[in-house]
Amino acid sequence: MTHWETGIRFASLFGAVCFVIGLHLMNSPASARRGNQVSAFGMTVAVVAVLLNVGHGDGGAVMNATRWIVLSAGVLVGGAYGLYAARTVQMTSMPQLVSLFNAVGGGAAALIAIAEYDIHTHPSGGTATATVLDVVIGGITFTGSLLAALKLQGHLSHPVSFPGSHAASGLLFAAALAGSGWVIAGADRKVVLLGVVVIAMVLGVLTVLPIGGADMPVVISLLNAFTGTAVAMAGFVLSNATLTIAGALVGASGSILTKLMADAMNRSVLSIIAGGFGTGATGVMAAASAGGPVKAIAVDDAALQLAYASKVIIVPGYGLAAAQAQHECRQLAEVLESHGVDVSYAIHPVAGRMPGHMNVLLAEANVPYDQLKEMEEINSEFERTDVALVVGANDVTNPAARRPGNAVSGMPILDVDHAKSIIVIKRSMASGYAGIDNELYTDPKTSMFFADAKQGLAALVAAAKTLVA
Amino acid sequence: MTGSFVGDMTIFVLALLVGFEVISKVPATLHTPLMSGANSIHGVVLVGVVILSGETHGILGYVLLFIAGAFAAANVIGGYVVTDRMLQMFKRRPVVPGAHSKDDQP
Repeated sequence: MTHWETGIRFASLFGAVCFVIGLHLMNSPASARRGNQVSAFGMTVAVVAVLLNVGHGDGGAVMNATRWIVLSAGVLVGGAYGLYAARTVQMTSMPQLVSLFNAVGGGAAALIAIAEYDIHTHPSGGTATATVLDVVIGGITFTGSLLAALKLQGHLSHPVSFPGSHAASGLLFAAALAGSGWVIAGADRKVVLLGVVVIAMVLGVLTVLPIGGADMPVVISLLNAFTGTAVAMAGFVLSNATLTIAGALVGASGSILTKLMADAMNRSVLSIIAGGFGTGATGVMAAASAGGPVKAIAVDDAALQLAYASKVIIVPGYGLAAAQAQHECRQLAEVLESHGVDVSYAIHPVAGRMPGHMNVLLAEANVPYDQLKEMEEINSEFERTDVALVVGANDVTNPAARRPGNAVSGMPILDVDHAKSIIVIKRSMASGYAGIDNELYTDPKTSMFFADAKQGLAALVAAAKTLVA
Repeated sequence: MTGSFVGDMTIFVLALLVGFEVISKVPATLHTPLMSGANSIHGVVLVGVVILSGETHGILGYVLLFIAGAFAAANVIGGYVVTDRMLQMFKRRPVVPGAHSKDDQP
C-alpha cells in the first residue's frame, strides 16, 4: 500500500467516525444540529478523498475527460434538484421527500452493482452474492419508495389489492431467488442479472401497493433500512469499507425505527406488509354500530373550560397536520399560558406519517421541544389534567385498546380518558384507521366540538382571547 | 478474494452493532430528523459512484454513471440540507426572567 493510498484510507475512516459521532449527537435536541453538521463534514472528507484517489489514478482507476464530464453532469443535475427540494419542501411533505431520497439512494446502490457486473463479468462467489443482494434490495426499495412517496402525496393512497397478488409476489420472489442463484453460480449472461433487477422492481411495487396510509411510518422505516442495506452491499461489491459502515448504520437505524413503529401500532411488520386492516367491509360495519350518547359543546364553552383549567394537555394527531393547523394550535397554547394554564403536548409515536413527524410539525410552528412529551412520559400526567384537548387523533386515544377482542386491542394508547374532562375537535363521528368506534367519544367526561381542526382551533383562540383579556 | 469478503462482513456486522447501540437512545422527538440524517448518510453511495466512474466505459456504462451520480448527489446534498433545516426549528422554551415554570430543571 502506497503512502497515498494509506492517506486515502485514513480519510475514509475519519468519515465513518464522523457518521457515528454525528448519530450519537442526535440523542438530544440541543446537540442534534451539530451532529448533522459533523456527519456532513465527514461526508465531505470521504467524497473529496475518493475524488483525489480516482483523480490520482491509483489502484487501476484512471479518470479521463469523458468520465469526469459524465460524473460531474450527473452530480450537478442531482445535487441541484436535491438542494431545491430540500430548501422548498413543506414540513408536512417531509415523509415524501425522505421516501424519495430512500428511492434514489437505493437506486444508486443497485446501479453501482449493475455497472460493476457489466465491467467485471465473472465476480467471485462473495462479490456475486453481494451483487444480487444489492440489486434485489436496491430494486425493491427504489420502486417501493417511489410508490410510497406517491401514496403520501395523495395518489393511490388507498390500499390497492387484487386477487392473487400474494401468489404473484411469491412466484416473483422465487424467480428472483432462482435468478440470483444462477448469477452466483456464474451465469454467463448479463440479461440474468437484469431480469433479477426487473423482478425486484416489480416486487417493490407489489409490496407497497396494498399498504394503507396509517401504516406509512412503518413502511418508510423499513424502506430506509433496505436502502442502508443496499448501500452496504454496494460497499461489498466495491470492497469499500466506508460504504459498508455507513450502510450498516442506516440499516440499524431503519430497523430500530421499524420495530418501534410496529410496536406502537401493535402490529407485526409482516402483517403490515401483508396488507392494511380496516380496509374492507368490517370497518364499515363496525362504524355503523354507534355507542352511547354523544355530548356536543359550543366554542365559547370549550374556550371557557380551557382558559380556567390549571393544566391542559393537547393531543395532536395526523388530522391536525392534514389541516395545517399546527400554528393555530400553538397560538391557543400561548393564549392559555398567558392566562397561567400549564400546557403540554402528548405525542403518540405514530402521530403523523413518519416516525416523529408530529414533533417536527410542532417545532416548525415554534412550539418549544420541552413541551412535547412522549407517551410513556405523559401518560401518568393525565390524571392530574383538567382538560385534555384531542385534535385530529383517534385510534391512539381509544380506551378499547385496553380490552382484548377488537381491532385496536393491545395497541399502546395515550390515557386521555384519565383526564378530568376531555374536549375532542373532530369534523364528524367517522371512525379512524382501525375502523372501530372510539369509546372516548361516548365517555360522559367527553365533549365533542364538531369542527375542522384549523377552523375549530382558530375559533377557540378567538374565544379564549376575549376571556383572558 | 474470500479473505476480503470475510473482512467486509466483519466490518458490516460490527458497524450494525454500533448503529443499534448509538441509535436506540435517540428520543422519539428526534425520530424524523434521525431518519432524514440516516438518509443523508446513505448518500455515501456517492463515494461508490465516484469509484465506479474510474472504470466506466461504453454507452451503457456512461448512462448508468450519469443516473447513479444524479441519484447519489440528490440524496446526499438534499438529505443534509433538509435535516439541517428541520433541526434548526427545534428550540427550547425561551427563558423569561422572573417567570420560572415548574418544568425548569432544578
